[in-house]
Amino acid sequence: MQTIKKQQILLGFIISAILTLVSYYLVQQGWLKGKSALYILGAFAVAQAFAQLTLFLQLGKETSPKWNLLTFLFMLAILVIVVSGSIWIMISINYNLMPAMEGM
Amino acid sequence: MTQSLEHTKEIEEKTVFGFWVYLMTDCILFGVLFAVYAVLCKNTFGGPSAKELFSLPLALGESAVLLISSFTSGLAMIGTKPEDKKKVLFWFIVTFLLGVAFLAMEIFEFVHLIERGNGWHKSGFLSAYFTLVGTHGLHIAFGLLWMIVLLPSVAIYGLTAESIRRLFCLKLFWHFLDVVWIFLFTVVYLMGAL
Repeated sequence: MQTIKKQQILLGFIISAILTLVSYYLVQQGWLKGKSALYILGAFAVAQAFAQLTLFLQLGKETSPKWNLLTFLFMLAILVIVVSGSIWIMISINYNLMPAMEGM
Repeated sequence: MTQSLEHTKEIEEKTVFGFWVYLMTDCILFGVLFAVYAVLCKNTFGGPSAKELFSLPLALGESAVLLISSFTSGLAMIGTKPEDKKKVLFWFIVTFLLGVAFLAMEIFEFVHLIERGNGWHKSGFLSAYFTLVGTHGLHIAFGLLWMIVLLPSVAIYGLTAESIRRLFCLKLFWHFLDVVWIFLFTVVYLMGAL
């Protein structure tokens, strides 16, 4: 349990608010299109999560040994493998089991 | 006296770390539900899609309420060092009320969908949506229950080492739920509206 400073959480709040509003506005105005839209929105989400993790949850700010950071990184590794692996498999199954076109 | 203080600190560190590990497993849980949603979000079975069903302004409202509540829970914990019971209770009550507002908005959304026949049984997309968002909402509800139980205890017994430890875990839980919501908002509502 580390001490938190008011400026820290205020900064976290402001950054999160800005990122949320910007991504909302981009979608609402319809300026994002196609695959790049997914990446841009994803980047905004990751940035906001990073801001909240470091400023609200104080990830990585602890004194050594940094057990919280280590378990978080491990979770991230497992998560990336499980989620991307599952989606890859499902896309592959979907492609391979697609019904053949008739009259070809 | 020093031994007792160190002992208390050791318990505190172990408990908080243990709770952190639980939160990490919860991340995996949500990650898997996200993966399911990613696979099924286009399976509308001829029914309405995300774009047609979801109100972006309402989702933005929910995001704002939850973000502010995450911020106020941080403000509350500032009241533990130096100890200021009134500050802790005040800001946690604000957090609670914002949490209730969030849940009310989400339940309103769900009821509205189900009334129109767009419940979880209608399509794979809607099943995945209700499971993912519903699980998050259930976590919020448990957090609110936790506040209902913990805050009166703090009011009566004051800010002991134990209550500060428990409040800290509650704060971690609440921040975590906001981080999950960031991705929920982005993947379900924003990407759904593209």
